[in-house]
Amino acid sequence: MTPRDRWEFCNDLVFCTNLARHFFTTMNLFEQTGSYVLLMSRVLRRPNRHSLFFKELVNEIQKVGFDSMGIVAIISVFMGMVVTIQTAYNIDSPLIPLSMVGFTARQSVILEFSPTIISLILAGKVGSSIASEIGTMRVTEQIDALEVMGINSANFLILPKVVAAVLFNPVLIIFSIGLSLLGGYFVALFTSLYTPGDYVTGLRFAFEGFTLFYALIKTVVFAFLITSVSAYQGYKIRGGALEVGRSSTTAVVHSSILIILFNLILTQLLLT
Amino acid sequence: MISAKHITKQFAGRSVLDDISLDFEPGYTNLIIGQSGSGKTVLMKCLVGLLEVDKGEIYYNNRLFSRMNAEERRPLRQELGMLFQGGALFDSMNVTQNVMFPLNMYTRWSRSEKLKRVQFCLDRVNLSHAGLLMPSELSGGMVKRVAIARAIALNPRYLFCDEPNSGLDPQTATLIDNLILEITREYNITTVINTHDMNSVLQIGDRVNFIYQGKLWWQGTKTNIMEPDNAELEQFLFSTELTRRLKK
Ligand SMILES: Nc1ncnc2c1ncn2[C@@H]1O[C@H](COP(=O)(O)OP(=O)(O)OP(=O)(O)O)[C@@H](O)[C@H]1O
Ligand SMILES: [Mg+2]
Repeated sequence: MTPRDRWEFCNDLVFCTNLARHFFTTMNLFEQTGSYVLLMSRVLRRPNRHSLFFKELVNEIQKVGFDSMGIVAIISVFMGMVVTIQTAYNIDSPLIPLSMVGFTARQSVILEFSPTIISLILAGKVGSSIASEIGTMRVTEQIDALEVMGINSANFLILPKVVAAVLFNPVLIIFSIGLSLLGGYFVALFTSLYTPGDYVTGLRFAFEGFTLFYALIKTVVFAFLITSVSAYQGYKIRGGALEVGRSSTTAVVHSSILIILFNLILTQLLLT
Repeated sequence: MISAKHITKQFAGRSVLDDISLDFEPGYTNLIIGQSGSGKTVLMKCLVGLLEVDKGEIYYNNRLFSRMNAEERRPLRQELGMLFQGGALFDSMNVTQNVMFPLNMYTRWSRSEKLKRVQFCLDRVNLSHAGLLMPSELSGGMVKRVAIARAIALNPRYLFCDEPNSGLDPQTATLIDNLILEITREYNITTVINTHDMNSVLQIGDRVNFIYQGKLWWQGTKTNIMEPDNAELEQFLFSTELTRRLKK
């Protein structure tokens, strides 16, 4: 074997192992998707006791929803201010009216910033807490205890979280859109980049209700993804406390990637 | 009565339970003893349906449990209480809510009726005043006792206890053993207990089943276990200094 042969042989070997690795990751992806779908088929059932379900739902709206309002508010206001300042900074042609700042801010906040960015933030906050909560219940046998009592643990634990997020995240997003646009208004008040009058004119220019609808559809899909994927990560744990930590990281990573992916798919479907 | 017939369970080709046939009688404490890793927990999880058996049948009073689906098992599960090795209390709920949980799920009683039942169960395990504590505020022995209270809340006909007194001091362990024995006699419950505590065996071992290498190796009672006719059991029993001295 010449050195060159050896070099090529090594390259082939690396290529083959990479191929095998990709193959197995893909198989694992199919397997995971399969068990996720199976879990969801147990989650999406009618609850046994409606009164208990509503109690849990209210609880979860508190945990998933109201407790996120602070962080959503802060991020939204600052996001709105930055977007308008950047837009104003980029408009240097006298042919473009300054009201374009309001228009641009409105479009980008409704179409992308609020639904997607806020959902990504929520994936980090809510996703990790759901995964670790359910994961802890798994390793301390609380889920087994529910099953022994004859309770569909997947439905009992996960459905209230999913429903809470699907119902309440749109409220959060509307709240975020409002605060972002208010942020832009603050910029008008406290700087001389553009006047409040320009800004409001721009906000009202050529408004289409459909963009809001598109934002809400995205939000609902993302809310479902965040809660269900994170719950799946926690639910499937086998092992101990170490696994719980790992699953909450995986929950955030996976739900973020899925948000980005579905953002593209939904945009393609709804806006073209 | 619970009957297990020819149960076999494997994990990844490794046999953990191998053709085990056992009967558990009502009104008696049925002990399962064996070394750590001998398959006691797996056997109990198969009995309650948390694990599915590979082969064999499990009957609850002649109802074929092992072939039922989740929906068919639901009514039977209301008659079944289980005490997990770690307690498995719901840690988002306080003691009262934990004990009340099965009642919320399966009864249509009023709140005051449920509270009365909860108080009765808590009194039974000597925890009358712990109702408002959270699981994180309880000691190990209290966790086990609350778990017992939760397991008996619905007046079960079958009670499963996985190492009810592991990790407890001898006095508390005895207390819990006696509690389980009393409840068993009082309500004619079919009780299955996993343990490797020799003291429990001698104290409450109405029926003792020794599992060794996945097989049912020896059956007897607390009275004849001290003169075992079986080398493996003898080795298991007299592995500690205390039991060796007792034998002498
Ligand atoms: N889910 C599982 N997957 C694979 N193997 C398992 C699983 N559960 C148990 N085992 C194996 O089965 C064997 C019996 O375990 P089991 O938990 O029943 O022991 P045990 O008798 O309860 O021990 P201990 O007294 O320590 O609780 C062990 O060797 C364990 O490795
Ligand atoms: Mg065990």
